[in-house]
Amino acid sequence: MMLKAEKLTKRFGGNTAVHAVDFHIKQGEITAIIGPNGAGKTTFFHLISGFHKPTSGRLLLQGKDVTDKPPYTMAKMGVARTFQTTKLFAEATVIDNLIIGHRLRTKSGLWDAVMRTNRYRKEERECREKAMKALEFVGLPELADRPVASISQEAQKRVAIALALSTDPTLVLLDEPAAGINADETSGIAALIRKMKEAGLTVCIIEHKMQMIMSLADRIMVLNQGMKIAEGTPEEISRNETVIEAYLGGAHHAQTD
Amino acid sequence: MRRHAAFNRASKLAVPVLLLLAAAIPWLTSNPYYLDIVVKVFIWTIVVNGMNIIAGYTGQLSLAHAGFFGIGAYTFGLLMTKAAMPFLPSLVIAVLVTGLVGSVAGMISLRLKGHYFAIFSLCVGVVLLLVIEKWESLTEGVRGLLGIPIPKIGSFEFASMTSQYYLMLFFLVLTMFVNHRIIHSLVGRTFIAIRHSEELAEALGINVMRNKIIAFVHSTVLAGLAGALYAGYIRFLGPDIASVEHSFDMLLYLLVGGIGTLWGPLVGTALVMILMQWLQSWQEYRMIIFGPVLVLLVLFLPYGIIGTLTRLMHKRRLGQPLTQKQAVERSVLHDQSLAGGGE
Repeated sequence: MMLKAEKLTKRFGGNTAVHAVDFHIKQGEITAIIGPNGAGKTTFFHLISGFHKPTSGRLLLQGKDVTDKPPYTMAKMGVARTFQTTKLFAEATVIDNLIIGHRLRTKSGLWDAVMRTNRYRKEERECREKAMKALEFVGLPELADRPVASISQEAQKRVAIALALSTDPTLVLLDEPAAGINADETSGIAALIRKMKEAGLTVCIIEHKMQMIMSLADRIMVLNQGMKIAEGTPEEISRNETVIEAYLGGAHHAQTD
Repeated sequence: MRRHAAFNRASKLAVPVLLLLAAAIPWLTSNPYYLDIVVKVFIWTIVVNGMNIIAGYTGQLSLAHAGFFGIGAYTFGLLMTKAAMPFLPSLVIAVLVTGLVGSVAGMISLRLKGHYFAIFSLCVGVVLLLVIEKWESLTEGVRGLLGIPIPKIGSFEFASMTSQYYLMLFFLVLTMFVNHRIIHSLVGRTFIAIRHSEELAEALGINVMRNKIIAFVHSTVLAGLAGALYAGYIRFLGPDIASVEHSFDMLLYLLVGGIGTLWGPLVGTALVMILMQWLQSWQEYRMIIFGPVLVLLVLFLPYGIIGTLTRLMHKRRLGQPLTQKQAVERSVLHDQSLAGGGE
């Protein structure tokens, strides 16, 4: 078991964004979280990546209690994440954006940086190599020296994933990796996620594009109004009455592209 | 590409040429008035370099730096006069004490973000000023601290203007060298990542609070160094050196030169201070000139002089402006970021 959430709850004032959700991510699988807008998916992501402290419940990472760990500790323990909007530094080059990704695995401080100690030089080289490797993994090595502002939307999504990969993660959380890109590009991103799984990574993904999720995920959890309403394989989910009700019966939020 | 290579060669030569020029200034002019201005420019550039690390590179606008300048100056002055300690130990202790106060102030104030931090740091600056002004038994309050001895290393006295000039030049070069190394390192990249997006930095495993404190302490250490050098140069201290106006002066120098650039502090400080001296006969009326100049600068050179220059050079190196497709993509991206994340 890679990650396990027990009765995870998050309240903002009187509003319960996530209510007593039991959830787990199995090692080496692609797990998806879906649900209509406002279902609490992103809040749930914030909870399992340490950005929000849960109001109640427990979070276990590979058996260790990590309930109140801050995000940077979660990252050091191998949980990497991307954001809905990529948050890349648009004016800097792709490679300059990526080098910082491996910083968490280095120990050089101010003194090492000023004196350019052997350790510093070694670690800087490692960061650069790691960045380049991650960029090759997502298939964009030729864009290394281009400013982020000048590359396509899809390429930026890939760079954001490369940034997560350069932290040496075991679990990667992707928040709508295919938002705002066309169908061709979406299948490209899906292929990349599959490649991550083949490379031994565990992936958890929030996505609106149902077709992509159905062909990609090993297991799906459906959230609605902060509660888990279903969990299972893509086939089970597509036959589930409650899910169909939530998507089609309530509001017409489902996207089927 | 050819022009690029030529530019690289030119920029490699720039530093040695500037150093030679700086070393030659006392030979070029013996007018103590000019030297005095340059020495003061150097001192203020050191503290503005400090402010640049926390405000420019880490993105946390600190307005407490005149206060830390004051702590450095007074610690040094008191050690030299009341404790009769020699120059170098006084300087080192003054810098360490400032860094220590800075780390405590940083740990408290950096819990706040954005404007709240700026306002809080302003208050920290006022508190530091008040401590210096009101603790009369120690600092002599508004009477001022008189009779700071001439700095001396071994048997060499920094009595002449020229020797003081070289002392300041040494510390300025040291400061800029250290900052250069920091900025172009993983540590500097960490600071810039925090300035760019604290959320992303946290997600990448960066302990944001810890790194902010490191940047803040480094910046106060430079403020303390500048303060101590100032005390050794002027050899008289009044509490007004720690007054909040000076923090805004520093910010002005930084904005004019280019916030978040290595050379910005030097260029901005030199330009504004020399302009101020030049217009001195106008007294208060010089603000009539200065105000509009500042407004124009913010309007047309929002990144300061060095910031605008590097941007221009960067653009030229990349060649053509964005194609229309790229421009559209960029504006789409912009719209999305305006729409914001969240569900």
